[in-house]
This record gives sequence, C-alpha cells and structure tokens, in this order.
Amino acid sequence: MSIETFLPQAFVFLVAAVVAVPIARKLGLGSVLGYLLAGVMIGPFVLGLVGGEQREDVLHFAEFGVVLMLFVIGLELEPSMLWRLRKPILGLGGLQVVVSTLALAGGALAFGLGVKPALAVGMILALSSTAIVLQTLAEKGQLESEGGRSTFSVLLFQDIAVIPMLALLPLLATAAATGHDAGHAEATGWLTGLAPWLQTLVVLGAVGAILAGGRLIVRPALRIVAAARQREVFTAAALLLVIGVALLMKGVGLSPALGTFLAGVVLANSEYRHELESDIEPFKGLLLGLFFIAVGASIDFGLIGTRPGLIFGITLGILVVKGAVLFALTRVFRLGLDSALLVTFALPQVGEFAFVLLSFARQEGVLQAGTADPLVAAVALSMAVTPLLLLLNDRVIRPRFGTREQEARPADAIEHRAEVLIAGFGGVGSTIGRFLRANGVGTTVLDSDPERVDLLRRIGLRVYYGDASRHDLLETAGAHDAKILVVALNTPEATLGVVHMAKKHFPHLVLVARAFDWADTHDLIEAGVDHVVRQSLEPGLRLGVEVLRRQGFRAYQAQRAAQRFLHHDLESQDFLTGKRREDRKDYLSAVRARIEDLEEILLRDRRDSDQPRDEGWDDASLRREFGEK
Amino acid sequence: MPNPPAHRLLVLFAHPSLQRSRVHRRLLAEVAARPDVTLHDLYEAYPDFEIDVPREQRLLAEHDTILLQHPLYWYSTPPLVKQWEDLVLEHGWAYGAQGTALRSKRAVSVVSAGGREEAYRPEGRNRYSVEELLRPLEATWRLCGVTPLVPFVVHGTHRLDASGIEAEAARYGAFLDLLAAGGGEAIP
Repeated sequence: MSIETFLPQAFVFLVAAVVAVPIARKLGLGSVLGYLLAGVMIGPFVLGLVGGEQREDVLHFAEFGVVLMLFVIGLELEPSMLWRLRKPILGLGGLQVVVSTLALAGGALAFGLGVKPALAVGMILALSSTAIVLQTLAEKGQLESEGGRSTFSVLLFQDIAVIPMLALLPLLATAAATGHDAGHAEATGWLTGLAPWLQTLVVLGAVGAILAGGRLIVRPALRIVAAARQREVFTAAALLLVIGVALLMKGVGLSPALGTFLAGVVLANSEYRHELESDIEPFKGLLLGLFFIAVGASIDFGLIGTRPGLIFGITLGILVVKGAVLFALTRVFRLGLDSALLVTFALPQVGEFAFVLLSFARQEGVLQAGTADPLVAAVALSMAVTPLLLLLNDRVIRPRFGTREQEARPADAIEHRAEVLIAGFGGVGSTIGRFLRANGVGTTVLDSDPERVDLLRRIGLRVYYGDASRHDLLETAGAHDAKILVVALNTPEATLGVVHMAKKHFPHLVLVARAFDWADTHDLIEAGVDHVVRQSLEPGLRLGVEVLRRQGFRAYQAQRAAQRFLHHDLESQDFLTGKRREDRKDYLSAVRARIEDLEEILLRDRRDSDQPRDEGWDDASLRREFGEK
Repeated sequence: MPNPPAHRLLVLFAHPSLQRSRVHRRLLAEVAARPDVTLHDLYEAYPDFEIDVPREQRLLAEHDTILLQHPLYWYSTPPLVKQWEDLVLEHGWAYGAQGTALRSKRAVSVVSAGGREEAYRPEGRNRYSVEELLRPLEATWRLCGVTPLVPFVVHGTHRLDASGIEAEAARYGAFLDLLAAGGGEAIP
C-alpha cells in the first residue's frame, strides 16, 4: 500500500473511530458497537468510502489486534491461574465445540446440504469471536467474574480447536479443489509435506520453544533493552516479541493468537509485565478498533437486501442453536444462573476466524459459493449483534431472571493488590518500602533502574520496571485499587510530573511526596499533594543535634531543641506556602522567589524563640516568688 | 440538648497503645457519642512528646470540668500525662500568686485498672485504693484551685468480658451525663 492511498485510508478510519466511539459510549452501547457502526457508515453500502478489496486487506491486517489482545490477556494470567482453568477450558470449551458443531451440522443437513459440507459448516460456525467478546466484557468489567472466566476458557479452547479444523477441512471436500492460493496455504504452513508424527513433534517443539525461550532468552534480553533506558526501544522490543512469536506459530501451523497468549503467560511473572502491557496496549486498542470497523464495513447489505429472510433466518438460527448449547452446558457444569446467562449471551455469535475458514473451505471445494456467501453475511451480522445481546442480558434478562446475588468471586481468582504504591525506589523510596514491609503494609514499587528492579525482585519484593509518570503503567500496577501513592523520585521535575498525572487520572489517591527544598515543597503543595516531606529538613537537624552535643549541650536538651525547631520550620513552611499563593504573580522568577523565601525564613527564625519553652522545668519564677528575698 | 455553659467537659485521653485496648476504645465511643464533650487524644496529638503548651492552656481555659482518662500504669499515669502536667500547669498561670487560670474548675480521673476492687484495699495485694494512689494528682489540682472529684474507676479489666465492658461503658455514659449536668462527688 503506497503512502498516497494509505494516508486517506487512515484518515477515513480514524475519523470514523473518533466520531462513532465517543457517541456509542455516551449512549451506553460500548466501544465495540461504536466501531461496528462506524464500519457500516464508511462501508460500501452507506458512504462507500472503503472499497471491497481494501476492506479485506484491512481485516487481515487488523486481525493482528486479536493476537496482541491475547498476548495482553496472557500477561494478566499467571501460569498457576491457567492451570486452575484447565477444567473449564477442556470440559466446557471442548464440549461446546463438539456439541455446537454437531447441532449446527444437523441444521445444515436440514437445509439440504450434504453430510460433508454440513459438517464443515458446523465446525466453522461453532467458533465464537474472541475479539468482540473479550473487548466487550473487559469494557464492562465482567472478565474477572465466574461467567467471564468461563467465557474466556471456551474461547481459549476454540483457539486450540482451529488447528485440527484446518487439517480436517480438506478431507471434507466433495468437489475438486479450486486451487490453493498462497495466502491460504500459509494457514496450514510448510508442515503439510511432513509426516504426521514429525508435524506433531515440530508443533510441540514450537510450544516448548516459547515456554523455555520466554524464561531463558526473553527476560534477559528485555533486561538488556531496559538498561538502554530508551522507551521506544523497549516498545519496539515488545512488538518484536509478539510478531516473532506470531510468525513462529504461523510457520508451524498453530494459531498466532494462541502462541502469543502462551508467551504472555510465560512473562506474566516477570518484572517487565506492566511495562510490556502498557506498551502493547495502544497498538492492541487501535488494531482491534480497526478490526471492528472492518467487520462493520464487510456486512454485505446488498446480499442481505436481496435475500433478507434467508440471511436473518440463518443468523437467528445460529444464535439460538449456539445459545441453547451454551446454556445447557453451563448448567451441566453447575455455573450460577448469572454466569450461565453471561456465557450464553456472550458466545452465540460466529467468530472472525470463520471468514478465513469459509473462504478456505471454498478454495478447497468443500462449500459452494451459493452456500458460503450467505454464511459470510450471517457471520458478520451475528458479530454485530453481540454487543446488543450482552446489553440485553445486562439490562433486561439478568435483572429479571438472574439470581441477583452478587457473584462471590473465588478468593484465589483475585490477585492481591497492594494498597500503597511507591514510585521510585532509590534511597528514600527504599527506606519507605522497607519500613512499610516491616510493619506488614503491602506495597507495589515502580522503579526505572533495571538492575535494581532485578535485584529487588530476587529478594522477593513486588517491584516493577517502568516510568512512573505514565498513567497507563500506574493503572496496570493497580492505581485504581490503591489508596496511597508515595512519590520518591530523584528529581523535583519527575516528582511534580507524577503528581500532576496522578491528580488528573487517579484523584482518589492520597499523595505523599518527598520534596527537595522550599521551592518544590510549595509547588507540590500547590499541586495538591496531601503530605510533603522536605528531605533537607530532618537530616539537617540530625546533623545539627550532633554539633550541639559536641558544643556541650545535654543530649535531651539538643534533642528537644531539634524537635522545637522542626515544628517551627513546619509552621514557617505553611506560612510561606500561603504567602506564595497570595502574591504568586509578584514573583518575577523562581530564583528571586527562592531568595525571598530564605530571607523570610531567616527573619522568622530570629523573631521566634527556637528554644523550647519548658518553663515547667525551670524554677526561676518559683525562686522569685517563694525564695529568700 | 446542649450543656449549660457552666459545664463544658474536656476529656484529656492518654493511652500509649490504644490499638491493644478493649476497654478504653469502648469508653471513648461513649465520649465520641456526645458532641458537646471535647475529646483530646494526647498521644495522637503529641507522638514526639512535644507538647504545645499555649494550645493546652487554651483548651483548659475553655472548659469547666477536666476528665483525665487513662489506664493505670504502676499505680500512676502514662508518662505523657506527667510531661503534660510538668509543662502545661505553669507557675504564674496555673498556680502561684498570679496563677488563677484554673480556679473554680473541676477535675476527675477516669482510670482502668487490671486488678479487681478487692485488690485495692488495705488487706488486698495493692494495699491502697485507686483514689489514694492518685493523691499526687489530687494535690496538683488542689494547688491549682481545682476541685478534685472522686475518680471513675473500671476495675478488673483483665477479667472483663464483652458484656462486662458494655456494662462499664453504660456506667461511664451515665457518669458523663452526670458531670455535664454539674453533678459529681468532690473528694472531701
């Protein structure tokens, strides 16, 4: 695609997204529906801004968003969690694919298809849309619930099931194949020439390579990249990782999404998890958006217009059959009614992979165009109504028929979130972290020194690598669930940057910050920090106490003098902050302000007594009143 | 019903480890339930023992009956109370020829003791009653022209169960109401 065609294309897609999504969200419809509607608008049947071929290209390109999404999901799912999900994945997921395939194939038989094409149709339609379902559930915050986990498990199994399906489809051919084209040969990979046992071995080897490579190669490599302290290089490394895994998977004929999901799981325990997540997130979001737009644009209203009864009939049939199978299976697996309804309304559509499989089936001569084309239209339609179905479940079905009980999340499904975030683990930050730990307060630390992060993690602290001024990183570190953010970064500018960001994105956080001198203390208080501690104050006083003692002061006398001075100094700080607020405009420069501050402080020091009052321990007045005159 | 101006209550509370206390936390709830009563938590206000003397003197001047609530440690107050006495009750303010700020006010100790009342008798292991043990405080108040009242004592806290604590809290609530109404028995 040349730049001349790319830029106008990109312009059209971005305008559609920027206009449609905020409107859809405002109406409570969710972003997915917004993207889909945007796609319909710019598609060939309304505005006609994107043609058929571009649409295909975009769809293929944007499918990479699904790959990125599964990588991010993998990052959020630790291996132990995946192991706990084995029952829903294999049981619920496996049965869903088998039973739905048979039921849908039965339906196709009733429509007069032959046994083999009917079986192919059943398999293809049994799959659901990972992209639409997960994005919609994530937006509603329902992924963590029992129903959300079950939905995810089914989708994961479907991703695995694609592999044998691709192998089976050619065997179902009735007519002579109309010929392979390169794009689809790729789907099965170069392995087709090998013996079956060798194929299996290569596939297992590839999965093993991801699992071992993630630990042995990727983590050390990321450490080296992180040490370069160049944010965009780390982003590049993250993308490289995902694309590399996707290529490897495609090469051996596995689903790229499945491969990157595994890579994500392997890296879920690593210190770079948050950084990877927030680096991939924007790409994932944009590509998924693009993908949904492309799906919207690919709904063939021409065909729907000519044979509306057939298309809507097929769509409704698919939704009802798959929904019924899902509901029955979730009840067999003893899910609560709320969860069962969620799974039922989340997964009855047909997934994006059906587009690939349908055209593949046509190439292989399994299906005739007359069969495949209405199915393509029905698939797109079923995807488009999914957000509406989930909305229907949320607003109408569940409130009326659901158990209404708050879903009690299983305790082990909740990841422990710390209540205190510490940005910066240098001298001050590490003291705070150790102190809080010694007192049993959980902390999550963000630090941008890779070697230190590595060391601290080996000791067993929850430390993550990353730039704390990025709100997305703070969010993945749990800023929404945290109560307090401690800012202990090593420059006033960085400290103020994090404070401004936190005030904007996480106004609920109590902010505690280390300041360096008077000037940035004012700035931090003005910026809304709840408690500022000036690092020049207490160490200065501690040194002063040592000097006083060597001047002959008693230890307690020197100690009390320092405490008194501390209180006096904090009063001066309050006074100056108030003063600065009033006549802020009068200061021409920060330097001038700083000098005036110092002058004011010195004057106040001289005016106020710094000596502790302690008259109760002084008998001078008693001697005057009662003593021998 | 607001207290008549003549009977404003100030509770000076001192407990170095309130987080471990069952009795005082419950007693404090009685104080907190009465918005007319001022509660001043000394260990919370002065964790570094750096007592703000002018502030304390202002508080004393604004109230009529001063309650000193604390657990009994070695037959006496926790150390911050002693520090408070030393620094706040200044000569020339609280006592002495010019020290008239506290004249005609009333003061009462509210203390908890681990031992049962029988132990605080001439034949018991502590020999003296709590009122007798608190004579130094009583003398301090008298020197300042303050009328000392008979202390409110929660005995046997080691053996109190939940219902026992509830009963003591109710008794304390009634005592606070009595003081607010100007009642209370002065030490002869």
